[in-house]
Amino acid sequence: MSAIAPLLVVSGLVVRYGAVTAVRGLNLEVADGETVGVVGPNGAGKTSLLSAIAGIVPPLAGLVTFAGAPLSGIALEDVVGRGIALVPEGRHIFAALTVRENLLLGATVRRDAEAVRYDIERAFSMFPILAERRHQPAGQLSGGEQQQLAIARALLSRPRLLMLDEPSLGLAPKIVDQIYALLHTIKSDGVTVLLVEQNAERACAVSDRVYVMSGGEFALSGNARDIARDPRFDAAYFGVRMREQAGAS
Amino acid sequence: MERLVQIVVDAVSVGSLYALTALGIGLIFGVMRLINFAHGELITLAAYTLLALSGMPVPVMIFGAVAVAVLLALLTERAAFRPLRNADPTTLLISSFAVSFFLQKLLILVVGSRLKGLDFLPALGRQTELFGVRLQLLQIVTIVVGIVLLVALTWFLKATRLGLHMRAAAEDFRMARVLGVRANNVIAVAFALSGLLAAAVSCLIVVQTGVVQPRMGLQLVIIAFVGTVIGGLGSLPGAALGGFLVGAGSILLQALLPPDLRAFREAFVFVAVVAILLFRPQGLIPARGLRERI
Repeated sequence: MSAIAPLLVVSGLVVRYGAVTAVRGLNLEVADGETVGVVGPNGAGKTSLLSAIAGIVPPLAGLVTFAGAPLSGIALEDVVGRGIALVPEGRHIFAALTVRENLLLGATVRRDAEAVRYDIERAFSMFPILAERRHQPAGQLSGGEQQQLAIARALLSRPRLLMLDEPSLGLAPKIVDQIYALLHTIKSDGVTVLLVEQNAERACAVSDRVYVMSGGEFALSGNARDIARDPRFDAAYFGVRMREQAGAS
Repeated sequence: MERLVQIVVDAVSVGSLYALTALGIGLIFGVMRLINFAHGELITLAAYTLLALSGMPVPVMIFGAVAVAVLLALLTERAAFRPLRNADPTTLLISSFAVSFFLQKLLILVVGSRLKGLDFLPALGRQTELFGVRLQLLQIVTIVVGIVLLVALTWFLKATRLGLHMRAAAEDFRMARVLGVRANNVIAVAFALSGLLAAAVSCLIVVQTGVVQPRMGLQLVIIAFVGTVIGGLGSLPGAALGGFLVGAGSILLQALLPPDLRAFREAFVFVAVVAILLFRPQGLIPARGLRERI
């Protein structure tokens, strides 16, 4: 890591739902301008990690620091104002609201109405399909279009950190190509990205660094190019869980 | 012919009254998943405010009723419902009963349970002639107030920033908060609006009946609640339509049933309600986003 403090620092994070511990003492850093991937199987605790950073779930222990200030204890609706935007798993677009209204909601924390209008137009030129359907209920969009809308909506808060939870989930490979091409564009615009994916190959291709998560812990981490070729990768991705299951039976 | 027009106008006016009541309930359910039976006490207390202020100029009385209903709505939210915001809907429902009973019994303790006469805006009780048909002025005023409030509420929800936040919160509250929509603001505005609607209903019902009594609000709310259910819980157009249908339906039955069956018109209304729910359990205009949550 460089000498300047990273944009996002997660240390000793523990998330528990009742008796189930989803995240077991994670440490993670994301530097300004970096794209970091967290890959792992279903149930590894990836969504819980993002939810804790976004303020959706209160962590049992640990500290999340963003741009030098702790995020602990602030209200859910204040997180986006600090510069963190979330594209949640399952997209969570507002199906009954129009495409344009969905985008407008992305800019809820901004007070510069003129610049918001400009940014919405820019989003429309970036996503022509959304422009065509700006006055239609967002629920009428296809899955891929909804994912584009969810990403465009998140970008409208002009975040310093964009967090994406499984952006490829449930989409056809061709659509996933489009979404990942978009992530490359976002990355080259200088937005810091924290990406959570089951699809390790995709995540490694776009990320600078990758953490492999399994059973609520990071089993492996490093440079994205090295991780993809690391012989320990498969064991890290699947191993911990298999060992746990073997131990449980 | 004249008789038919009179019946229709009567049905539409009573339907409007129940539509406004159902909207007040629907607004709160939309953002909080709370079925607020204490909405009835907002209506009742607004009516007692009219009684307390009787003799004052009419605008002062109306302003007083609106102010009391809005403040009481905000107060119940702050004191009773905010601490339970993350509780499940059953807990919220029970606490709304508690608030409703508390306010009702408090009122009985302070002013007694007997009904009191109140001659508010007697001029509206007059008959007037419209297109050659004799109608009660109050019915026309009720319909006009209903339409104006419906249009104003629609405008607020569709064209303002806060309205957009409320619609987003009604569909997926947590995602709205992730985007920065302030939960406390949205819920407070919903309660304030429900107070405003309750005060409007209260004024109209007092003119119509000429009396106030501690249980007047609850009776209205129970019927209006049935309206929100058949309209589709969580959907505002559904609440307005459902409330309207229940109110208008009971007036039409009153007019059209043979005299010896009129006493049972409510039973007929509820048979219709059961039939609607059998065929459309999600309501006439179902709400979106009732299930999905992050």
